[in-house]
Amino acid sequence: MRGAKSAKWVTGAIIVALAATACGGGKSDGGSDAKGAVDPNGIFSIELGEPEKPLLTGDTMESNGSAVMSGLFSTLVDYKADGSLEMINAESVTTTDSKTWTVKLKPGWTFHDGTPVTSKSYVDAWNWNASLKNAQGLASWFADIKGYDKVHPDAEGAKQAADKLEGLKVVDETTFKIELSKAVPYFGHKLAYIVFAPMAESFYKDPIAGGQKPVGNGPYKFKTWDHKKKIEITRFDGYKGPNKAKNGGVLFKNYTTVEAAYEDLKSGNVDVLRTIGPKDLPVYRQDLGDRAVDQAYSAIQTVAVAFYADQWKKPKPIDPRVIQGLSMAIDRATITKTVLNGTREPATGWVAKGVLGYQPNAAGDVTTFNPAKAKELIKAGGGVPGNKISIQFNADGGHKEWVDAVCNSIQQATTVQCVGDGKPDFQADLQARKTKQVKSFYRSGWVLDYPVNANFISDLFRTGAAGNQGDFSNKELDAKIAKADSAATLDDSVKAYQAIEKDLINYMPSIPLWYYKVNAGYSEKVSGVAYGQDGDPILTGVEVKK
Amino acid sequence: MGRYVARRLLQMIPVFFGTTLLIFAMVHLLPGDPVLAMFGDKGADPATLAAKRHELGLDKPEWQQYLFYMRDMILHLDFGTQIRNGRPVTEVLGDAFPITLQLAVLAFAIELVFGIGLGIIGGLRAGRLADNLILIFTLLIISIPVFVLGYIIKMVFAFNLGWIAPNVSTEPVLSEMLAPAIVLGGLSLAYVARLTRTSMAENLRADYMRTAVAKGLPRRRVIGVHLMRNSMIPVVTFLGTDIGALMGGAVVTEFIFNIHGVGGVIAESISRREGSTLVGLVTILVIVYLVTSLLIDLLYAVLDPRIRYA
Repeated sequence: MRGAKSAKWVTGAIIVALAATACGGGKSDGGSDAKGAVDPNGIFSIELGEPEKPLLTGDTMESNGSAVMSGLFSTLVDYKADGSLEMINAESVTTTDSKTWTVKLKPGWTFHDGTPVTSKSYVDAWNWNASLKNAQGLASWFADIKGYDKVHPDAEGAKQAADKLEGLKVVDETTFKIELSKAVPYFGHKLAYIVFAPMAESFYKDPIAGGQKPVGNGPYKFKTWDHKKKIEITRFDGYKGPNKAKNGGVLFKNYTTVEAAYEDLKSGNVDVLRTIGPKDLPVYRQDLGDRAVDQAYSAIQTVAVAFYADQWKKPKPIDPRVIQGLSMAIDRATITKTVLNGTREPATGWVAKGVLGYQPNAAGDVTTFNPAKAKELIKAGGGVPGNKISIQFNADGGHKEWVDAVCNSIQQATTVQCVGDGKPDFQADLQARKTKQVKSFYRSGWVLDYPVNANFISDLFRTGAAGNQGDFSNKELDAKIAKADSAATLDDSVKAYQAIEKDLINYMPSIPLWYYKVNAGYSEKVSGVAYGQDGDPILTGVEVKK
Repeated sequence: MGRYVARRLLQMIPVFFGTTLLIFAMVHLLPGDPVLAMFGDKGADPATLAAKRHELGLDKPEWQQYLFYMRDMILHLDFGTQIRNGRPVTEVLGDAFPITLQLAVLAFAIELVFGIGLGIIGGLRAGRLADNLILIFTLLIISIPVFVLGYIIKMVFAFNLGWIAPNVSTEPVLSEMLAPAIVLGGLSLAYVARLTRTSMAENLRADYMRTAVAKGLPRRRVIGVHLMRNSMIPVVTFLGTDIGALMGGAVVTEFIFNIHGVGGVIAESISRREGSTLVGLVTILVIVYLVTSLLIDLLYAVLDPRIRYA
């Protein structure tokens, strides 16, 4: 998952858990010599590809850039592993009706250049990021806020009618109000995302320089960016947040391949990896011992149905039982263990693990391998039109192996012919999806944007949603989603979405395959290495040994 | 001679326009949309895409894009900016070329010294044990794919023996470049050795050789001047075109040894449909090819007295 992704979340509880084990481990070898002692100013290195775009809060959507940005910027809130919010730059975020939100900032915070962080820093940054003329990739995150359609009309060729979001009002230095166009119970959780970070006054004078040398308010300040070689950030001593850095800084090293990075980890030239290449997956647990990381994170792989394709539409819309049958023909347990080397975990629903509202086994027996039932369901649903399906994927992403395995599994369990439809690269794959050229099924994945189950349902299966590329549309489901969104509290909304997830087996908008896991490792020089729910290491918690 | 060089230099102009136009058109013909892919799996709304296209000048007709691009390149040496990250292409190329040049020069030196050296030994002792050993060695190198050779060298010298670091570090030093240069130069080394050997073995039986020996010239002069000079013509041809190939074709070697050079930029630009970067890169490589082939043609005259350029 080094391609496109979105959100950046940090889980407090995981840090605590791992810090505790690190202490336990430290005692045994700390007694023998001073080598295990922690150097609070120690700098550690981490493998990182070149960020695809300039380091802008509104445009950093892939994992390389967001790893750096998470150190440089702090947002209003963050969330803990149990889904509750932790205040970072905000003193409080309150609402009574989920429509009007009041944010109070902690006083005394400054940016790395010494200027104060005020409510204006937030409001100006959001207006800039949302504005159509700045063409920021994450602008749609402000769509909930009143007046977004004027600042950023969606249609091609539309003209921007306003520069500022109507719903944002500065009350005083440390207070501002957000008015949404309709109630969004989980809006507070969205605020943890990088696009909602504040920006210093100096940014607007020269946004291009701002993207090369970002001035943030986070636990680290920017030092250098030597393109395609390294990025350095150092601890910001004036940081007032709860997640102060336990190390002196981070050196992001660029590697051409993950295999090269792994070799450097073994020879001690890099301290933390974010992923292990397929070549080393079978041996890394043995090579690294305790320092091998194998942890689930909140992302899911699915095979989505291209509902606009003739196969599913003509002569009549497909019976969901056929897709249920195909789902039951996939032997997830065996494929994840063998073909994928244990790097994935079989999915049992549409919402990934670690997300607020995740429920085990949401899809019931639809995700369990059962060839007899699979055949029965496909037959009951009228069979697969043409008795042949294909799964489109991009051949440059390491997907071919599992697509072939899934096809084999379906072919053996049922009599349906299944072939992989490989596009040469991600661009060609994306193009076919956008222009609605997919003939049958396509590979799809989703990494969490915000840790609420709505993100895995509303943003993927609502009619016209950005992530709904297969043109799935169902009035009943849309109505249920609208109802869940207008629930009075976050709890009610999450519960309503849980009910919707259970109900998804009756629509089968996609076939859930498996959840992603972080497979990574770190050197003997560091401890306290933990990975957040988006699969990226938590920089501030890493401790460097002397 | 002067007129010949001038004519050759003038010929470069249509070649230059032809290749840039071809590459430009090819990038645009590839399926995929660079602006769409900027926003990844989750995409962006049509208005943002349109705004971004406008900002990058991609909303203009393609022939206009090409003309503007060529105008900036010729008049201001400005290769444009990258679509994905807005970096000036000249800066990207300026970062990538020095390290690739280092690697190519080192590989070239290795192939020159060892390739010709082995070729001379093989040629002078054609059919004997040394010749057969060199034959086996060169065939072995030719038959092993670059990535296999790369990993074998890493495995043996970096992990088993611990003599070298497995990868080139962020601040590259020349000694780290030795292993990748051997891998990169290995294949050409074998070709150079084969070529030298064959042409020397052949020329040993030439009339002028017999004359030189009959004149009573010392063996060193017979071989060093009479034989070598005439045998080098095909080798020089190969070496000349190889400089360009070493610079542009090191994708695999660069990836294996973690070198952030031209190879990586080419691969990345193709997958991201970065037309301006690719055309800029190819333009530079084309110029390298053209200049080296001109130099080779001039070298012919030096090597073979029968060749004259009017």
